[in-house]
Amino acid sequence: MPTKVENWKDEVYGNEIRDHLMTFAEEGWDAIPEDEHDAWFERFKWWGLYHQRSGQESYFMMRIGTPNGVIEPGQLDVIAEVADKYARGPVDNPEFGDAYCDWTTRQSIQLHWIKIEDIPEIFDMLESVGLSTQQACGDSWRNIVGCPVAGKDTHEHIDAWPVAEDLHDTFKGDDDYANLPRKWKVSVTGCDQGCGQGDINDLAFEPAEKDGELGFNVRVGGGLARKEPRFARDIDVWVPTDRVDDMSAGMSALFREYGDREDRFNARIKFLMDEWGPEKMRSVLQEEFVDFELPSAGEDMRDQYTYNAGDNEHGDHVGVYEQPDGNYYVGLNVLVGRMGVDDVYELADLADEYGSGEVRLTQRQNIIVTDVDSDRLDAFLDEPLLEDYSPDPHPFMRGSIACTGTEFCSLSIVETKNRQVRYARWLTDNVSLPEGVEDFHIHLSGCTASCAQPQIADISLRGMKTRKDGEPVEAFDIGLGGGLGENPLFADWVEMRVAADEVPGYIDNLLDAFEAKRDGDETFRDFVADRDEATLQDLADPEETSYDDPYLGNTKMTWYPYAEDTDMQSSPAPTDADDQPLPSDD
Amino acid sequence: MTTDVHQLDDGAWISVNDSREVNVSDLWLLAKSDFCDCAPTDFLAEGFVETGIDPPNIQAKIAGRCITCGTEGVTNWLTVGRVIEPESGEFYGVVQDSVHIPEK
Ligand code: HEM
Ligand code: SF4
Ligand SMILES: [Zn+2]
Repeated sequence: MPTKVENWKDEVYGNEIRDHLMTFAEEGWDAIPEDEHDAWFERFKWWGLYHQRSGQESYFMMRIGTPNGVIEPGQLDVIAEVADKYARGPVDNPEFGDAYCDWTTRQSIQLHWIKIEDIPEIFDMLESVGLSTQQACGDSWRNIVGCPVAGKDTHEHIDAWPVAEDLHDTFKGDDDYANLPRKWKVSVTGCDQGCGQGDINDLAFEPAEKDGELGFNVRVGGGLARKEPRFARDIDVWVPTDRVDDMSAGMSALFREYGDREDRFNARIKFLMDEWGPEKMRSVLQEEFVDFELPSAGEDMRDQYTYNAGDNEHGDHVGVYEQPDGNYYVGLNVLVGRMGVDDVYELADLADEYGSGEVRLTQRQNIIVTDVDSDRLDAFLDEPLLEDYSPDPHPFMRGSIACTGTEFCSLSIVETKNRQVRYARWLTDNVSLPEGVEDFHIHLSGCTASCAQPQIADISLRGMKTRKDGEPVEAFDIGLGGGLGENPLFADWVEMRVAADEVPGYIDNLLDAFEAKRDGDETFRDFVADRDEATLQDLADPEETSYDDPYLGNTKMTWYPYAEDTDMQSSPAPTDADDQPLPSDD
Repeated sequence: MTTDVHQLDDGAWISVNDSREVNVSDLWLLAKSDFCDCAPTDFLAEGFVETGIDPPNIQAKIAGRCITCGTEGVTNWLTVGRVIEPESGEFYGVVQDSVHIPEK
């Protein structure tokens, strides 16, 4: 039997949701029939709106999909303006203030506290510069990710940006692919660094050569969520650039037809891949969904991949790099991907002044200013904004990623971004990395959905609970030794249910053990791979330190973790367009 | 009206008549559960896997973990609340940290 969500999607889904959204916006929150809330909020996702968690009713998270993370000249300023005007909540965040933008791990933009009444104006503003929230959430083509510096990179073999852009233009809004069984994540890599993170996407194009021609090998079925992480598998197909669209159409049609619509927990294509294996995936694709002969895989470049490959090369685009045209791109570190709105305005101005006005988002929640004039590079690097968003950050700052967590997300178990900011600062001030370790990734996710991609980090933190002196406290499961590269690895879960205030002490102890026991200049990833689970468990213990955690209690029980009065009953939500509480009828 | 119950957002919460009533991240004390050997099981709810109605009880199977011994899995049917008058549809949640006995 199809799920309720499938039934709602059968009634209304895809582009047509927009008209309803606009009607509700005009009439206000109260116009959404109470007994249709669930159905409409499920549908709104397709237009990038995700209802915030319990206690924050009538407020939405809004995602803007920027393919390949490319924010074109003129767009960043509008994004700042939208955040400034519409993404202000009833209470400030103590680290980030009252309006901010999140740069996400899939090269998108996430704003919070959005009111439905403001949607028409927001869409007008975004669309005036070619931005959209279409399909940013929901069951269809999500934002297309890729090498963030495509077209500007000396490592490049194929410029992935026009390929990603073409996929975006072709499949966004196409009714044939609008209603899939679940999300559909596509990645295009064109360089030999592997920074498109294809391995953790549903459909991945990776550079490969066949008979002297450059094109893409295809992998299918990656994804991290729900304790069921999978790397995408090689289906032994190579396509030239001009076949990427046909190949993508075929693959997403296969998913549309064969994906499980009866069990959302089993719907992602990774589960179909589990069932079928790559050979059957390829043969069904060939026989039923494409009308050209699929060439077998070409020679890939995976042995050259440096991005998150565990070998101390950064490959993350933070820093100053020369472009093939003699200009520079400067990758700036944004701690946990969140930037206050004044800083976003300032960055938009700087990108205009020193570069072409273009900026790009990475899959490590950072932002790159491209096309910086070589004569003005030094002046740009002296700009005060770059003290906070450094092109040369400390490894603990550079390596930190965190998801949305209990601040807004209904699935979350623990507080995430503000805590990771505090972790990164404490580690930077108190812990020294062993000799030669320049790259060290700590990814923190508030639950098993794994939006911060914890399994592909040196240290993975996944939200949990434990008890301390009998009282429930926020905690983490800790995994070690994950990463991408030629032979990607998921972290091994080593320490379970560590109270959140003992995590920094654990990391400190672990790094001491690593320094003492490593073999010469052995990398952390090799060090972990060489040891069995019991040995890893014996390496270090959690410990309280001078680190202070203000979010140890149950932040999910609050209506907003940083409010003065956090009690659920004190929530102003649901509110009207002016943030005034609406009378409740129960 | 008939009582409408389902889980949404990948099992993040249970909706009863289009109202968010039960959320993940709470600790539930489970007695006689054979979920693990602990008595009681100190159970962290991480996701609602299935929902059901056994009037007046609203029930769910919950994925999660005993935070004492670390056992992971899915519970048997647990009563998460009641809708006593289907006409009004009003939901009365149970107190999570009092003791709950899952159905066999
Ligand atoms: C239905 C439950 C959800 C699942 C299973 C899920 C899973 C994931 C996964 C696995 C990723 C990234 C890794 C990859 O590329 O595969 C991701 C991205 C992300 N998720 Fe979630 N997520 C869920 C709900 C949410 C919610 C409710 C929020 C916040 C309100 C959220 C915020 C994010 C963010 C910020 C990203 C990076 C975003 C992007 O641009 O798409 N997620 N999610
Ligand atoms: S990992 Fe979990 S807590 Fe974090 S944003 Fe994703 S769904 Fe929410
Ligand atoms: Zn137990």
